[in-house]
Amino acid sequence: MRLWIIIIAMGIVTYGIRLSVFVFVHHSVLPRTARDALRFVTPAVLAAIILPAVIYTRGAGHFDATPGNERLVAAVVASGVAWATKSVWATISVGMATLWLLQWIVG
Amino acid sequence: MTTTGAPAARRGAEFLAGIRAQVPLLLGVAPFGMAYGAYAVKTGLPSGLAQAMSAIVFGGASQFVGVRLLGNGVPGAIIVLTTLLVNGRHMLYSAALAPYTDHLSRRWRWLLAYLLTDEAYATAITRYRRAGPSMHAHWFFFGSALALWSTWQVTTAVGVFVGAAVPDSWSLDFALPLTFLAILVPVLRGRSAGAAAAIAGVVAVVGFRWPYGTGLLTAMVVGMAAGIAADMALCSPEPADEAAVSE
Repeated sequence: MRLWIIIIAMGIVTYGIRLSVFVFVHHSVLPRTARDALRFVTPAVLAAIILPAVIYTRGAGHFDATPGNERLVAAVVASGVAWATKSVWATISVGMATLWLLQWIVG
Repeated sequence: MTTTGAPAARRGAEFLAGIRAQVPLLLGVAPFGMAYGAYAVKTGLPSGLAQAMSAIVFGGASQFVGVRLLGNGVPGAIIVLTTLLVNGRHMLYSAALAPYTDHLSRRWRWLLAYLLTDEAYATAITRYRRAGPSMHAHWFFFGSALALWSTWQVTTAVGVFVGAAVPDSWSLDFALPLTFLAILVPVLRGRSAGAAAAIAGVVAVVGFRWPYGTGLLTAMVVGMAAGIAADMALCSPEPADEAAVSE
């Protein structure tokens, strides 16, 4: 029951955000400063999720910012692909392939 | 309804064109959906709830993070607050698309808002910018968003179904940071955006072991503040990197 409540609440806030300018606030009255601030939601949120997922090893959760960390290396390679292609599919494919290759080499 | 009296053929054509525009993005969404489903059941979320989250929340990033926080026993209020931040960027999409959806009925706007995601935004805004607002353009939006929604539900189910059978060595959870990298890297134009990302990333790493997921939450807030501060320090507003601010 507790899980259902949390998930429904997650859904309500998400729907509320998506409805915001479509239904609740007219786009012409949205202040410019609010839009400027919103610009930084994407980089801040995504970087905050990505970096720990890459720097801390899976399972044990040890800090590892060396080239011996396969996830870190795969993420760097994937960043290059993302920059060059802007393709989600290419980024995931190359990133996963790099990780598997490195894990296979290390054994 | 603005659609009454309009030729059904035009609506159908827009709808199909929307689906077609979404197909390349579905290639990235499909593995992500499966990874989510598998990750959710492996983390211990009952399969019904894992599937329900895809329908109720319908936001991949927030679902992944939500499952992880649920698995760590983080209090519900913090999970909901984190969801608010993770999906905060959708407000930007809502603001960017609103001028084109203004004329629609309330029912249409509620429907399209429910279906509004990164991918639906990307295809819809491209259509509106290229061809301008037309009588039936919202059918394009609807087609592309519905294609994404259906794919997300089906691939979640596949992931939930096969989840337990996927060995840990496949590292499916790595699909999450990879997907975000693909979204983040093109957005990192301008020093302010770079500052927001760098500060948020460092704080998230430092706060990795903070209790109740507060490290992640703090990182997001501090990162956004750093971006705004950098913007003010540079004094000259940079060209809007995200389509939304430059209508």
